[in-house]
Amino acid sequence: MNIWIEGLVSFFLLAGSLFAFVGALGLYRLPDFFMRLHGPTKSTTLGVGGMVIASLIYFGARGEGISFHELLITLFLFITAPVSAHMLAKAAMQQKLRINENTSGKPWDQ
Amino acid sequence: MKPRHFLPHPLLSLCLMVVWVLLANDMSLGNWVMGAILGWLIPLLTQVFWITPPRIYKPFKLCWFFLRIIGDIILANLEVAKLILGPQSKLRPAFVEIPMLLEDDLALTMLASIISLTPGTVSADLSDDRKMLLVHTLDVKDEAHLITEIKTRYEAPLLEVFTCSTT
Amino acid sequence: MLDYVIPVCLVFMGMALSLTVARLIKGPDMPDRILALDTLYINAIALLVLFGIWLSSDLYFEAALLIAVMGFIGTVAVTKYLLRGDIIE
Repeated sequence: MNIWIEGLVSFFLLAGSLFAFVGALGLYRLPDFFMRLHGPTKSTTLGVGGMVIASLIYFGARGEGISFHELLITLFLFITAPVSAHMLAKAAMQQKLRINENTSGKPWDQ
Repeated sequence: MKPRHFLPHPLLSLCLMVVWVLLANDMSLGNWVMGAILGWLIPLLTQVFWITPPRIYKPFKLCWFFLRIIGDIILANLEVAKLILGPQSKLRPAFVEIPMLLEDDLALTMLASIISLTPGTVSADLSDDRKMLLVHTLDVKDEAHLITEIKTRYEAPLLEVFTCSTT
Repeated sequence: MLDYVIPVCLVFMGMALSLTVARLIKGPDMPDRILALDTLYINAIALLVLFGIWLSSDLYFEAALLIAVMGFIGTVAVTKYLLRGDIIE
């Protein structure tokens, strides 16, 4: 395989796994639930996106014809991630979870 | 109940056809025909459940907007990564209420999703009268600045694309 | 080059999964655990895609797609149960 294509695939793989790792780290480290919500909704989704682009390039370069099949996964995740984040935020507000003391503003009553 | 149409949602039918062809991973004519049949049947059988789609006045503007959103998502991710790796005691999380001008269901859903995917914000709740959106941000320095940025950067283009309000 | 990069990525993904599992066990409240499960399935998708590249096999995409669909439905069902005490009203 061409060295440039291999480099490109490696770059996207590394970027994707780093984003996924940072998202998980955010989930583990941040102090309250609403802040934890930020890590997975953004970073992890982009992590999967990076992996999928890498595999798109990889399988395209192997000469079996480009397949856009994998893009469906990313598309689906980009549609569903905000929805599940929104529902989780509503559930957390209804359960009246503890909020970090630095937070300004209040959640609404459900 | 609405009267039944022969082809209730042309755009949805097109999307379903493309998704079917991608799913089968085979661009032969048979798959396009099968996709067309499914894309025609599924909206027809489920049309009672669908909301009436808004008219899109400026489709090219919408495409351009989506490209910009993808760029913003990548930038937002770098920013969130920086915040997560940085010191925690400096973070200033906040709940911010943003007044909404959009009225259409689909446009509101799109705006809420975009807010969730971009800079350090998650849309948490929409008020019952659909005038206020509650947003949680990870780190905010100036709330007024955040509100104007969301309104000019994301809401204004959407308003322009779906000019369905009474003007 | 890929022979070296993919194990590194696998290590990162493994660490991500273990941090998520740690939050799943520790998570003080119910929404935390649901969020951890949500992240777990998304990371599993990334891991499957990575594994597919490693083995140069196309077969894993169907599995990844199925996990994407089912995971979302699972998250929504559990959250709905938490919100209303019922899934189908």
